[in-house]
Amino acid sequence: MKKLIALTLTLVLALTFCAGCGGGGGSASGDTIKIGVFEPASGDNGAGGKQETLGIQYANKVQPTVTIGDKEYNVELVVVDNESDNSKAVTAAQNLVSQNVSIVLGSYGSSVSIAAADVFADAGMPAIGVTCTNPQVTADCEQYFRICFLDPFQGTVLANYAYENGMRKAYCLSKLGDDYSVGLVNYFVEAFKGLGGEVVEEQFPDKNSDFTSYVANAKKAGCDVFFSPVSTEAAALIIDQAEAQSLGMPILAGDTWDSNVITGAAKGKNVEIVVTTFYQEGGNPEFDEGIKAWFEEDKDAMTNNGGNTDLAAVTAMGYDAYFVALEAFKAAGSTDPADVLAALPSLEVKGLVCGDVSFNETGDANKTEAFVKKCNTETGEWEFLKKQSAQ
Amino acid sequence: MDTRLDNKKKIALSAACLILFMVFVYFGDIMIRPGSSMKMLITVIEKGSIFALVAASMNLLNGFTGLFSLGQAGFMLIGAYTYAIFTIPADSHDKVYQYFNGGIIKWSIVEILESKLGLAGHYLGMLIPMLMAGLLVALIGFLIGIPVLRLKSDYLAIATLGFAEIIRAFFQWNTLGPLTNGSNVLRKYTTYKNAIFPVMIAGISIAIILLLINSTYGRAFRAIRDDEIAAEAMGINLFKHKEMSFVISSFFAGISGALLAMFQTTISATPFTTVMTYEILLIVVIGGIGSITGSVIGAFLFTAASEWWLRGLDAGKWMGISSSLMRPGFRKVVFAILIMLIVLFYSRGIMGDKEFSWDGFFAWCKSRPAAVKAWPEKRKASRAAKKEARAVKSAAKARAKQAKEEKEARKSSGEGLFTPLVLADHVVVFEKEGRNG
Amino acid sequence: MDTSGSRQASRTYYLRKNIIMGLLHTWLPYILAGIAVGGQYALIAIGYTMVYGILRLINFAHGDVFMWSGLIMVYLVTVLPLWLSVILVIAFAIVLGTTIERVAYRPLRTAPRMSIMISAIGVSYLLQNFALYITGGLTKTYPSISWLQKTVKIGSATTKMVTLITPVLTIVLVFILVMLIKHTKIGMAMRAVSRDFETSSLMGIDINRVITVTFIIGCALASIGSILYFSNYTGINPMSGAMPGLKAFVAAVFGGIGSVPGAVVGAFVIGICENLIKGAGWTTFSDAFTFVLLIIILMVKPTGLFGEKNLDKV
Repeated sequence: MKKLIALTLTLVLALTFCAGCGGGGGSASGDTIKIGVFEPASGDNGAGGKQETLGIQYANKVQPTVTIGDKEYNVELVVVDNESDNSKAVTAAQNLVSQNVSIVLGSYGSSVSIAAADVFADAGMPAIGVTCTNPQVTADCEQYFRICFLDPFQGTVLANYAYENGMRKAYCLSKLGDDYSVGLVNYFVEAFKGLGGEVVEEQFPDKNSDFTSYVANAKKAGCDVFFSPVSTEAAALIIDQAEAQSLGMPILAGDTWDSNVITGAAKGKNVEIVVTTFYQEGGNPEFDEGIKAWFEEDKDAMTNNGGNTDLAAVTAMGYDAYFVALEAFKAAGSTDPADVLAALPSLEVKGLVCGDVSFNETGDANKTEAFVKKCNTETGEWEFLKKQSAQ
Repeated sequence: MDTRLDNKKKIALSAACLILFMVFVYFGDIMIRPGSSMKMLITVIEKGSIFALVAASMNLLNGFTGLFSLGQAGFMLIGAYTYAIFTIPADSHDKVYQYFNGGIIKWSIVEILESKLGLAGHYLGMLIPMLMAGLLVALIGFLIGIPVLRLKSDYLAIATLGFAEIIRAFFQWNTLGPLTNGSNVLRKYTTYKNAIFPVMIAGISIAIILLLINSTYGRAFRAIRDDEIAAEAMGINLFKHKEMSFVISSFFAGISGALLAMFQTTISATPFTTVMTYEILLIVVIGGIGSITGSVIGAFLFTAASEWWLRGLDAGKWMGISSSLMRPGFRKVVFAILIMLIVLFYSRGIMGDKEFSWDGFFAWCKSRPAAVKAWPEKRKASRAAKKEARAVKSAAKARAKQAKEEKEARKSSGEGLFTPLVLADHVVVFEKEGRNG
Repeated sequence: MDTSGSRQASRTYYLRKNIIMGLLHTWLPYILAGIAVGGQYALIAIGYTMVYGILRLINFAHGDVFMWSGLIMVYLVTVLPLWLSVILVIAFAIVLGTTIERVAYRPLRTAPRMSIMISAIGVSYLLQNFALYITGGLTKTYPSISWLQKTVKIGSATTKMVTLITPVLTIVLVFILVMLIKHTKIGMAMRAVSRDFETSSLMGIDINRVITVTFIIGCALASIGSILYFSNYTGINPMSGAMPGLKAFVAAVFGGIGSVPGAVVGAFVIGICENLIKGAGWTTFSDAFTFVLLIIILMVKPTGLFGEKNLDKV
C-alpha cells in the first residue's frame, strides 16, 4: 500500500513537472493579445477584487476583439489571484509576466500593487491600477498608471464633508499593515486637523473579528463621526457592532465600502453610513442594464458579485480599465509591452462610464470629483448625496 | 564489486554539479526574457533556495536536536526587517517613512560602502546587513531560548509559536514607527540583481549547517534527540547544546529572512504568521525530518508545486483537463490533500533521515534493473503477506466479536464491570517523549 | 466624636463607591464583551484540554472544526429551519471531529509525538484550504438568530443578548460535563486514561471508545461555541478559527491542561484581559497579550492553575 502511494505520488509529481514544462513550451498564437488581471479572489479583499474582475470580464464579453493597425486580435484575459497578500502578490505578478501578457490591470487594494510594482518595473510591463488609491502605487514606478483618484484627494474630500456637516471630533480606525486604510486615515487626519477638528486614532490587528472594544472606545471618547475606511469584511462586523451598541454617530468610509456587502449588512439596522466613491448607479444606464442582464444569465458572475445584481463602483472601474487598455493597444499599434508602455502617458480616453481618463506626469488620472453616497438602511441601497471636490 | 568513489572524485563531482547549476541559474536569469514561462523556473529556484535555507535551519532544530520549535516565521521577520531598515537608500527615506518624518535612520550601509569601495562595497554593503540580521536574530534566539528550552516538546512548540506572534505585534507597533515604519510596508531597499545571489548565500549557509551536523556538536544534538537522559548521562550538557542549536537555527532563519525581503522587494509584518511556519514545517516533513538534503528537495518541490505547477488548477485548466470544480482555491485543496497523504502514508518523507551521497546515488542507479526484475516476485510476496495479514485480522475480529458477545451476555447476567479482557486485542503501545527510543 | 468618625467612614465609603461606579461605567462594555468572548473561548478550550489530557496532543485542527461548524450553519440555514440546523451543525461537528481522529490521529498513535502533531497541523491546513475553496475566499455572514442578537441595555452598556447568554450557558454546560466526568462510567474511564494511558488500557478500558467520546464532547461544545461566537461576530472566513483556537489552547494551558474547570477559568481571564487591553488603547498588543500570558504561566507554573504535577518517567 505504502509503496503504491509513494509510486502514485512520484508519478503525479513527475507529471506535474511535465505539465509545467509543457505549458511553458506553447506560445500564444499570432492573433490573440493577453491582458493580465492582477486581482485578489481570496483573502481580505476577495469580495472587492472579484467585483472588479467582473467589470473587466464583462467588458471583455462586450468587446472581445481589438483592431491594432489593420489586424484584428482576440483579447484573452489571464486572471491570477494575488490572495490579498503582499508575499503572494510577488509570485502572482511574476506568473502574469511569465505568461506573456501585454498589459496588467489591477489590483483592488493598494498594498499588493505596491508589492508587485517592482516586478512590473523589472519586466517593463505596463500596469494600470483600477481602484488602488494609495499614492505610493504610482509614485516610484514608471510602469504603473491608474484611472482612479488618490487618497490625499479622497481623504480631503471626506474631511471636508465631515467638517461641513458639523462634525468636530473623529474616531479613525485602520487595519495594521494595510496601506489602503492606514494611508487614507492619515490623509483624512491631516485634512481634518487642518480644518480645526480633533481625532482619536486606533488600529486593529490582522484577522480581528471582535470590534466591540473599538466601537466602545469611540463612544467613550465622545466622537462625532466614526471613520473606518477598512476592508468590506471588517466593515460588516463594524456595522453589526455599531448597531448592537447603538453607536449614535455616522460612519464615514472610502471607496471600498461602496459595495453590496455593506448595504446588505446595514439593511434594517439603525446606522448611518456615508462613503465617497467613483461611480453612482444610473450614471450610464446602458452599462447598468447590460451588466445586470449578464449577472442574471451567468450564475457564476452573480455569485462572484455577492449573490445579487447590485452594482459596485469598482465593477464600473474595471469595465473602464479594460477599454483604457484597448485604447492603449490601438495607440501603440503593437502588442509589445514596451510599445504599450510608451503609448500610455499621452493617452486620452473619452466616453467611459466613470468619466474621461488622461494621465498626469506620475501616471495618475486627472480626476477632481468624487461621489458622496449614503446608505438607505430601509431599502438597502445607495442614495446619491452630492459630488464633492477637494476645495 | 566496489562501486565506491574516492573522496577526491566525489568532491570534484559535487563541485562540477554545483558549478553547472550556478552557471545555469546565472545565465538563465539573464537570458530568459520576462515573457517566457521558463522565467517561472528561475523564480521558483530563487524562492525555493530561500525556503530551503529556512527549512534546513528548522530541520536542525526539529529533526536533529528533537526540539519542536514553531517560531521560524518570527525569526525570519526580524531578519527581513533588520536587512531592510539598514539598506534603504537615503533619498528614499522620506517616501518610505512618509508617516514618520523619514524615520530615524537616514543612511544606508550599501550606499556608504559603495561610495568608498565601489562595486565591492555594494556587495559588502548587502552582506553586512544580512550578517547583522543573522546575528540579531541569533541574539534574540539566545534570549528566548533561556526560558523556553526548559520546556518539553509540545509546550516548547506552543511557546515558540507565541513568541513569534509577540514579535509580529511588536514590529507593527506604531511607537516603533520611526524604525520599523509601524505596520506599513518597507520598500526601496537594495535587492539582488541576479538569482545567483540567493542561491549562493543559501548554498553556503546550508553547507555550514551540514558541516555542523557532521561535527561533534552534531552528534551531541542527535544524542539529545534520541534520548535526553542517556545523553546527559554521557556527559552532554543538555541546556548548552540545546541553546546552541537554537541560536544557530535562529541565525540562519534570520539570513533567510533577509533573503526573503530581497526576493519580495517589499516587506511588512502581516504575512509572517503561523501559517508561514506551518508551511516551512510541511517542507521539512515532505523532505524528511532529519535530512538536510530532503529539506532542500522539499523546498523546491513545495515552491514549484504551489507557485507554478498547480496554478492551472485555479484557472480551470490543468494538464489539458478542465473541470468546473477547478476554481480559485482548488490548487490549495489538492496541495493540502497531497501533503496529508505524505504525512499519513509516507511519514518518512522523500529522504527519511538519509542524506544524499554519491555512493548511495550510484548504488541506487545500479540496483534499479535488479529491482525492476525482482519486482514481480516482491509483489507476489507482499500480496501473500497481505493476504495472511488479512486472515489474521479477520480471525482477530471474529474472536473480538465473540468475546464481546460473551461479555454482553455476562453483563446482562450481572457480572462485574471490569472483566479482564484478552490482552492482545487491547494493548496500545504509547510512545513516550521524543522519537523511537 | 464617634459620629463624626462614622460619618467620615461613610463619606469615604460613598466616595469609593462613586469611583468604583465611575470606573464600572467606563469599563462595563469591555468587561461584558470580555465575559462573552471568554465563555466562547471556554467552550473551545474544553475540547483542547480533554484531548490533550488523554492523547497528549495539541489538536491544532480543533479551531478549524469550530470554524467549519460556523460555515456549515451558514449553508444549512438557507434551506432548513433554524432549530434543525442547530442540531445538524452539532452533529456535523461531531462527525468531522471523530473522522479526523479516526483518519489522521489513530493510525499514528504509535508513531513519535512529533508526527501526530504534524498530522494535526496538516489537517488544520487542509480544513482551512478546503474552506477557502468552498467559500471562494470570501467572508460569509452568519445567519442572524434574532433572539440572540437582540440589543439589550445593562447600565451604561448596550450589547447583544448573546453576551448575557454565553456565560450562563457555558457554566451550565461545564457543570453538566464535570458531573459526567465525575459520576459516570465513561467519565471514570476518561480520568483513568488521562492519568495513565498504558495501565488503563491494561485494565480493560476500551481506549478507542474513550477517545471517541472525548472528541464527541469537545466538538459538540466547540460547535455550540461557534453558534454563540459567530452570532456576536458575524463574519466567517477560512481563518476565523485559527486565532480563537490558539487563544482557547492558551486558556487550557493557563488553567492547567487536562482540567476542565481550569480551562474555563483560563478562558474567562483571557477574554476579559484582552478586551480591557483594547479598552486601554493597546490594540496592537491585544492578540500578543495572550501569548505573553502563556509564556509567563509556562515559566512560573508550567502545570497551570489547576494542573496536576506530571511526573516524567524514564
